[in-house]
Amino acid sequence: MEEFTKKYWKDYQKEIADDNFYYERSCIRQSFFPGSEAAFLKILRDILGKNIIDDPNQHTCTGIGYHSDIVPFDTTMTVVARIFSLMKDHGVNNFIPSCVTSFGIFNEVVETWNHSPEEYEKTKLFLKQATGRDFEIPQNISHASDIIYKYRKELKEKMPYRLVNRNTGKPLRVVEHIGCHYSKLFAKKSEGGMEFPKVLVGMIEEWGGEVIDYPERRHCCGFGFRQYLVMANRGYSVANTKKKFESMQPYKPDFIVANCPGCTMFMDRWQYTIAEMEGKTYDDNKMGIPVLTYEEMAGLLLGFNPWDLGLQLHQVQVEPLLDKIGIPYDPKDKYVGKSGNFLGEPEKPENLVTVYGK
Amino acid sequence: MENKKTVLVIGAGPAGISAAKSLANDNISVTVLEKEDTFGGNINNWAKLFPNFKDAGEVKSSLIQNFVNNQNIKIVYNKKVTELKKHNQKWIANTSDGEVFESDAAILSTGFKVFDAQYKEELGYGIYPNVITSVEFEKMYKNGKILTVQGSVPKKIAFLNCVGSRDEKVGNHYCSRICCIAAVKQAIEFKELYPQSEAFIFYMDIRMAGQFYEELYRKSQEKHGVVYIRGRISETSSTIDKKVQIKAEDTLAATPLRMTVDMLVLMIGVEASKSTTILSKQNNIDGPYGFAKSKDIHTADNYSNENGLFLAGSCKRPLTLTETIADGKSAAISVVEYLKQTK
Amino acid sequence: MKNWGFKIPDSRTLDLDKEDLKLYNKIVEKVPSARRCIMCGMCSATCSAANHTNFNFRLVHHKFRMGMFESLASELDKCMLCGKCRMLCPRGVNTRAVIYNMRIILDNMYYKNI
Repeated sequence: MEEFTKKYWKDYQKEIADDNFYYERSCIRQSFFPGSEAAFLKILRDILGKNIIDDPNQHTCTGIGYHSDIVPFDTTMTVVARIFSLMKDHGVNNFIPSCVTSFGIFNEVVETWNHSPEEYEKTKLFLKQATGRDFEIPQNISHASDIIYKYRKELKEKMPYRLVNRNTGKPLRVVEHIGCHYSKLFAKKSEGGMEFPKVLVGMIEEWGGEVIDYPERRHCCGFGFRQYLVMANRGYSVANTKKKFESMQPYKPDFIVANCPGCTMFMDRWQYTIAEMEGKTYDDNKMGIPVLTYEEMAGLLLGFNPWDLGLQLHQVQVEPLLDKIGIPYDPKDKYVGKSGNFLGEPEKPENLVTVYGK
Repeated sequence: MENKKTVLVIGAGPAGISAAKSLANDNISVTVLEKEDTFGGNINNWAKLFPNFKDAGEVKSSLIQNFVNNQNIKIVYNKKVTELKKHNQKWIANTSDGEVFESDAAILSTGFKVFDAQYKEELGYGIYPNVITSVEFEKMYKNGKILTVQGSVPKKIAFLNCVGSRDEKVGNHYCSRICCIAAVKQAIEFKELYPQSEAFIFYMDIRMAGQFYEELYRKSQEKHGVVYIRGRISETSSTIDKKVQIKAEDTLAATPLRMTVDMLVLMIGVEASKSTTILSKQNNIDGPYGFAKSKDIHTADNYSNENGLFLAGSCKRPLTLTETIADGKSAAISVVEYLKQTK
Repeated sequence: MKNWGFKIPDSRTLDLDKEDLKLYNKIVEKVPSARRCIMCGMCSATCSAANHTNFNFRLVHHKFRMGMFESLASELDKCMLCGKCRMLCPRGVNTRAVIYNMRIILDNMYYKNI
């Protein structure tokens, strides 16, 4: 398979900046996968020695509102311009969004400005009138997963663990899922193009895992903004995710990894939903297929404490995966907060098997 | 003998061969420059020809009668023309190995190339080995068997039309004209080899604009049970047993559709060959999509806007073999007309 | 099982791996001309029943061919077997016989055990 795929990948190699970044956090990840962004900053600062600005003044890119038809595009452009003006304050010009939706928004806005200079002038005026600020278009916009991809070889050298089953010695079988707005808005702004993006494949294969090429690999995760925001429509969202699970199940994946907040969230949480609504799970032990963010995957292999990475907040329990890789963890620490106090266990699902609450 | 007029024919495909023969018949001295080490061009890619399943080799044999051993025709192989220019009423062709040929007139019969299916990334050509092109189907058929890479007879085979044609995404708005009928032909060939297997053709429009084409289409339905599905395949992927899963819409029922086939054949379209594009650009006779542009499509289709440079065959647009052979002769007549005027 | 006020809909994708395309061969055995259909719609255009119901022979025939049998039985009841479509069909399909045979097969599938 790979020979031709590599040829495609050669056609879609984007420029990824190498230092002096401004980090734009995701709105939802900090509550759903709270250790991921902290792990990303730690990897960049402590392991790769990069300069990256984590700005407490930053704000939304409007992504969710924009894609739910609540925020008009003029507003989005102005809000994005304000974020760029904050970046300017810090004297860096390489922009890294943590969120794939944001990555799409920033690229869409910048492309709009490039194609329609009058929109650019208008935004400059709006921002000036509203805030008195000026901004500059970043030199480079790369998604946070691009950065990890770029330094995957350097990181590998620092990794005590590999994506290998400790008991069998075989590579772990990984399902990768790329957020739509990473490559489907602008194929050229992705690593590897729209159909076969390389960004996660590159990490997985470099770190010893095996990527599963299942039939619905390119199907949507089911996020889709409006579909899940309105409760009555939520079934459409779940149905899409279910289609993917059914398609990947025969391949017996060890875990799923995604580069988009929405995809990670729904592929994790909808497994609980499907289990509770229909009693179906997609692994052999009724525990579900663990879902990781790419930072969590990198962090685990780098030897970060799983509970510092926030893995206890996942719906599908990650302990079986940790055991496969051979990553040590203390079950007693799982629900202990920063204060050192026990926070209590989550409610036990009816159908999805969990480690806690035995 | 008086001073014989000389003509350069660039490309020894069906158009070039047919033109050269007619010119030689008029006692004109012809030099045919062919970039490959053999003649025939794209006809070499075919096993049998639509609409009558005539052996392509046979057609080629009758086509080259009086071509190969004709004293008025000099065929030079492995000569890729890199530059074609008019100089002092003469046509000068420079080849990649530095040779120079000169003549009173030149015929561009540089033909077409097939579309590179890799550009349609969503179809997975080159990634999933059971996704093949129509040209590869012909090669397999020539060897008498259509087999998957696993070596088994496909129980289900699908053909997809318009790969690289009628597609803004690859920059080709035009219809390649030969793929619809080629798909019908190949589906019938497949069903004749393996009557127990099923054949599906995914189409946008079925364009049967040739004698006996419609009849062949009808026969494929009635006699062979080929199933026609109106809709374009949007995505292919591999199943766990290495079959090809395809997604399309059944547009006649307005329903999205998914099916697994053992083999998918992409009916790749016709594009201007590299030489066609390069040589027409050099002489400012380049038309849309890199094809050469004739002076007038109705009345002077073998003339170009450059005096003394003539066009034959599918360097102008997608043509069938029948049309190409006729067009070669037609180009020869135009050349003779021109040479008479320029005594 | 929990109920959060929404359902997970089944995929409406037509899965040709699951559908029984072979059933159409039974029609073809009886009415070989059926295979010649090119879905031009001339039959539905002239159909008397289509004047006062939403009967569409072209679509019903197509759905049967593609294995979409759901609700076809009641659809076919709308046809009056007048045969006007057969007079017009440019591919000479014996449309009336197609309907008649589809009815027999569908009756066997859906009504047999009633």
